[in-house]
Amino acid sequence: MATDRVTGLGNEALTLEGVHAYYGHSHVLHGISLRLPEGKVLALLGRNGAGKTTTIMSIAGLLPARAGSIKLFGRPIEKLPPEFIARAGIRLVPQGRRIFPSLSVQENLAVAEQQREGKSPWTFSRVYELFPRLQERVRQGAGSLSGGEQQMLAIGRALMGNPRVLLMDEPSEGLAPLIVAEVGRAIEQIKSEGLSILLVEQNFKLALDLADDIIVINTGQVAFTGSAAAVRENNELVTQHLGVF
Amino acid sequence: MQFWQIQALNSFALGGLLFLLSSGFALIFGLMRIANLTHGALFMLGAYVAVTAMRFEAGLAVAALCAALVVGVVGGLIERLILRRISGNAQGQVLATLGISFITADFCLIVWGGDTIPIQTPAMFQAPLHFMGLTFPTYRLVVIGIAVVVAIILYLLMERTRLGAMIRAGVDDMQMARAVGIRASALFTTVFCLGAFLAGLGGAVGGPIFSAYPGLDSDMLSLALIVVILGGIGSLIGTFVASFIIGFIYTFGTALLPDLAYVILFLPMVIVIAFRPTGLFGTIRT
Repeated sequence: MATDRVTGLGNEALTLEGVHAYYGHSHVLHGISLRLPEGKVLALLGRNGAGKTTTIMSIAGLLPARAGSIKLFGRPIEKLPPEFIARAGIRLVPQGRRIFPSLSVQENLAVAEQQREGKSPWTFSRVYELFPRLQERVRQGAGSLSGGEQQMLAIGRALMGNPRVLLMDEPSEGLAPLIVAEVGRAIEQIKSEGLSILLVEQNFKLALDLADDIIVINTGQVAFTGSAAAVRENNELVTQHLGVF
Repeated sequence: MQFWQIQALNSFALGGLLFLLSSGFALIFGLMRIANLTHGALFMLGAYVAVTAMRFEAGLAVAALCAALVVGVVGGLIERLILRRISGNAQGQVLATLGISFITADFCLIVWGGDTIPIQTPAMFQAPLHFMGLTFPTYRLVVIGIAVVVAIILYLLMERTRLGAMIRAGVDDMQMARAVGIRASALFTTVFCLGAFLAGLGGAVGGPIFSAYPGLDSDMLSLALIVVILGGIGSLIGTFVASFIIGFIYTFGTALLPDLAYVILFLPMVIVIAFRPTGLFGTIRT
């Protein structure tokens, strides 16, 4: 990350300022603000119903924010429809995977493909390198994949868009421990290539292993922000805000 | 013998025309969740546009192409100018498409009048075909051939192209399709144009069989609804199979039990809705 020597601020890949969001009449996000520095992993933690998925959905444009600003590398995106947000460079690994079941593995990747200039762009072959299991099932219907394979496909599909920011909503949810480790390694590798990631994760250990920074939200408001290193040294910092771990 | 054979051929021909009509209806419903009640009117408009094209000495093939293109453009305009403003409002869409279909019917009545206008079978297909001692009306065979060719092209489009994969992704999960960067707006217009194009083509190709007359729209719309519900919404193969099933039921029903034609026709639909709401091949509940 390039750090500005004068201000001490780096390039912000993603910034949220005072974001409010509603499900119908229910006010879910009460002014969420966060910053994801370029090339970092920010873990978004919180109890069930705290507003983690809502935050992700608002950024992706699937549940548009009613107030506040969302910026991708300084460019406001909160008014854009979801396909334009995706094309601007934000790709989503959604909760529950939501791969396209009637498409083959290859087609799931193909419909999401978007080229972008960069050092080592994501291609079919690089996704298959990251997840060799998918390569064995290229022509298979995605609906017949196991849960772990579907998660790999959901991650691969997001990478095919060559995102500048990756949103991941509980990538380890409902997976066997061995598969969680495999997905964790993949995220580690994606991170090492400098992609900026906003990670929602119930698996506290996984989140702490991967994240540079932590943000905890509670009933739609930010309850804690800090570096992952500080949290690793003092777990109570976060457990007092989460209560459940 | 000749009766059964002719009725069977008529059934296949009607099935083929129903496929041209219903495939677009099913695609639009699967992708956009719109029950496009203008579809019968688009079919009728296709027949009338063919009438006009043939008055300018166009052959039926050219007239059918004109009809398909004109109706395709009309469909695109309906989607762009009206339906997209009421997306997500199912009742509004039903009322709006019903209204547009009435307006289209009145428009046709004003322009082409209230009398049935026959459409000439092309001269080269007028003579019946003799084969193994049996006689076949040639044009019926041509209609079946056109339907099969269109079905194969549609299948390849849906299963072998990126556009087809995008449409299927949208049928699976529209919200997620947009989140992977698929432009919903362009996709909707494309599919609506395609569906209208096929309906217009069906109206023109069906012209020598049905003629063009006021009321063709509602006759065809009710058949298309039955086909799509029976086959399964959004399923191309289901639509194909159901088109021929309904083609047979309708043809033999009206020939053998004319008093009960609608019972025979609608009963399978009611049974499907009650006991198998996804239709024979579909995944979406009606």
